[in-house]
Amino acid sequence: MLSDTELQEMYGWMVTVRYYEERLQEEYLEGKQPAFDISAGPIPGELHLAAGQEAAAAGVCAHLHDDDTVTAPHRPHHVAIAKGVDLNRMTAEIFGRRTGLSKGKGGHMHLFDQDVNFAGSGIIAEGCPPAVGAALAAKMRGEDSVAVAYLGEGAISQGGFLESLNLASVQDLPVVFVIEDNDWAISMPKERVTDVEDGAQRADGFDIHGTRVDHDDAVAVYEAAGEAVGRARDGNGPTLLEVQVHRRMGHFMGDAEGYRPDADTERAKQRDSIERMKNTLQNAGIDESTIEDIRDRSHERVEEAIEWAKDQPEPDPDEAYEDVFTNPPAGWTPNPEPEVAETTGGDN
Amino acid sequence: MAEADETKEAETTAEREVTMSRAMVGAIASEIRENDDVFVMGEDVADYGGIFDSTEGLLEEFGREKIMDMPISETGFIGAAVGAAQAGMRPIAELMFADFFGVGMDQIYNQMAKNTYMSGSSVNVPMVLMTAVGGTYNDAAQHSQTLYGTFAHLPGMKVVIPSTAADAKGLMHTAIRDDDPVVFMFHKRLMGIGWMPAPDGPKTPVPEDDYTIGFGEADVKREGDDVTVVTLGLHVHRALEAADGLAGEVDAEVVDLRTLVPLDTETVLESVRKTSRLVVVDEDYHSFGLSGEIIAWATEGALDDLSAVSRVTMPDAPIPYARPLEQEVNPGTEDIADAIQDVSE
Repeated sequence: MLSDTELQEMYGWMVTVRYYEERLQEEYLEGKQPAFDISAGPIPGELHLAAGQEAAAAGVCAHLHDDDTVTAPHRPHHVAIAKGVDLNRMTAEIFGRRTGLSKGKGGHMHLFDQDVNFAGSGIIAEGCPPAVGAALAAKMRGEDSVAVAYLGEGAISQGGFLESLNLASVQDLPVVFVIEDNDWAISMPKERVTDVEDGAQRADGFDIHGTRVDHDDAVAVYEAAGEAVGRARDGNGPTLLEVQVHRRMGHFMGDAEGYRPDADTERAKQRDSIERMKNTLQNAGIDESTIEDIRDRSHERVEEAIEWAKDQPEPDPDEAYEDVFTNPPAGWTPNPEPEVAETTGGDN
Repeated sequence: MAEADETKEAETTAEREVTMSRAMVGAIASEIRENDDVFVMGEDVADYGGIFDSTEGLLEEFGREKIMDMPISETGFIGAAVGAAQAGMRPIAELMFADFFGVGMDQIYNQMAKNTYMSGSSVNVPMVLMTAVGGTYNDAAQHSQTLYGTFAHLPGMKVVIPSTAADAKGLMHTAIRDDDPVVFMFHKRLMGIGWMPAPDGPKTPVPEDDYTIGFGEADVKREGDDVTVVTLGLHVHRALEAADGLAGEVDAEVVDLRTLVPLDTETVLESVRKTSRLVVVDEDYHSFGLSGEIIAWATEGALDDLSAVSRVTMPDAPIPYARPLEQEVNPGTEDIADAIQDVSE
């Protein structure tokens, strides 16, 4: 049973995420309207926003500690926020600034915060094997930390995911795989790319536990994740957990979603995990002013992070040549520029 | 030679100016109409029309039997394309970004590329693996690489990189009709996508009739006597801009390789023998790759004629995200102009 404090914390993460994504959308679209040009505006590159997926982040991360590892895919902000990634430095990274988590080198798909053991990557299912590795390290060192790999439902046919399930199973590793089912792999609906309606069924073939949460209800996710994380922490092996979420902002910013039926977009908007969570708080007897206060504070926190980030300097171009190695070989440079070779050949 | 003749003949037919993506799609559509064995498979190739417009409109004309959305399982569907090709079909499989090659590379380089050889030619693999390459839009280290050298290095694949609509159409027809596996690498910035405006240059008049461009035929995009600039893809246009900017001062020749396998070494050598100065411009990593290879050919074949050599490439570092960092590492027009001037001194 969730305490009022836990409910409030989870609600706080969720409204922070929602507002963060809404504000990033605004910032990202600056200079990109009416004609969308990916190279314009204050935020560089692609941007995959996670509005509508908050419940999957909050319900799982509520069970995690700083020393538990989380790997996230190309749509990472909600998980990063719930895992406690430094919001200022994360935002600076997204804006491509020198004081960002990765000094502006990684960008929004490649967020790394070692303080809370969070790592992101941009290729489908790529985070699964490293999560298994983090779990392996914990087991070998006799630590009780766990690892959680987030992936989308589009990733459940990817080799890296399936191989990770097998490895985690045969080694009895403390890892939880969380499938966020938002129904769409860019333009491809789930039923076109797999005949398995419930992604958690993939667990059956690997003899591990599989569970699906049918609604993006953060409390239901919390309960299912509690069992899964507890199983991992107690040394009882991996779990595959699928959570139904919804995609409110397209695959990436600028995605017109021409392939998506209007009814589906509408349905996604009605299934609002934030409203559901607010009702949960109200039903628990938490008063309106407390709820409003949580929301206001989260908005302030987001504004503060964005303001801070936009105020940060851009990296110096020469910094592009740093960080290739931890221990660069003597005399090595990633940018060799020899004197122009001159021979005695040729006559002009 | 027959292909070159066809090209000439085609020039007399009606032309219209189109983007590189329209030219590619037109060639694919025409080949599907002509040959029941041709079909397309990949992620988001149907309803979306390819993330970079490489299959735009094909679903509407050919339906899901020919234009197939695939699960995100590159090992699975690229390997399936190999199997279908060996069974006599002519699949066009799309790898959404060349950077994703890692998740399907075993099928690419251990099967697609080697099965003809390993079978003593008792099987062949007539498929096209088309893939988006390149940066300039801050997509960072996992979505901005060209990997030209990586694919060209591994034997058994023909490797094609068009820089204009006219070249893309002819090369795509050749690729689909070829009996070997062809890796068709298109630069995102050249496609003419609404949300990623292309520079001037890739949108060209394109003959409406079908035509082929033979592999291994580099194209001299600009003639000049003083310096040879060898390049490909997006950087053909940057090199042309640099050369035009130096007109009157240095007369640079710009050679567009168009295919890496086979490589038209003769055109490179002819040009180098004429100019004695070589600049290689490559949007791939500096070391152990394409630029070194071109320079090796030039030194092996024209050492006595060479008086200066330089290369302008990406550094040996992953590609950074922030704008000033990516601009620093991706060779720009000025970097190319500087190199041309340096070798001219």
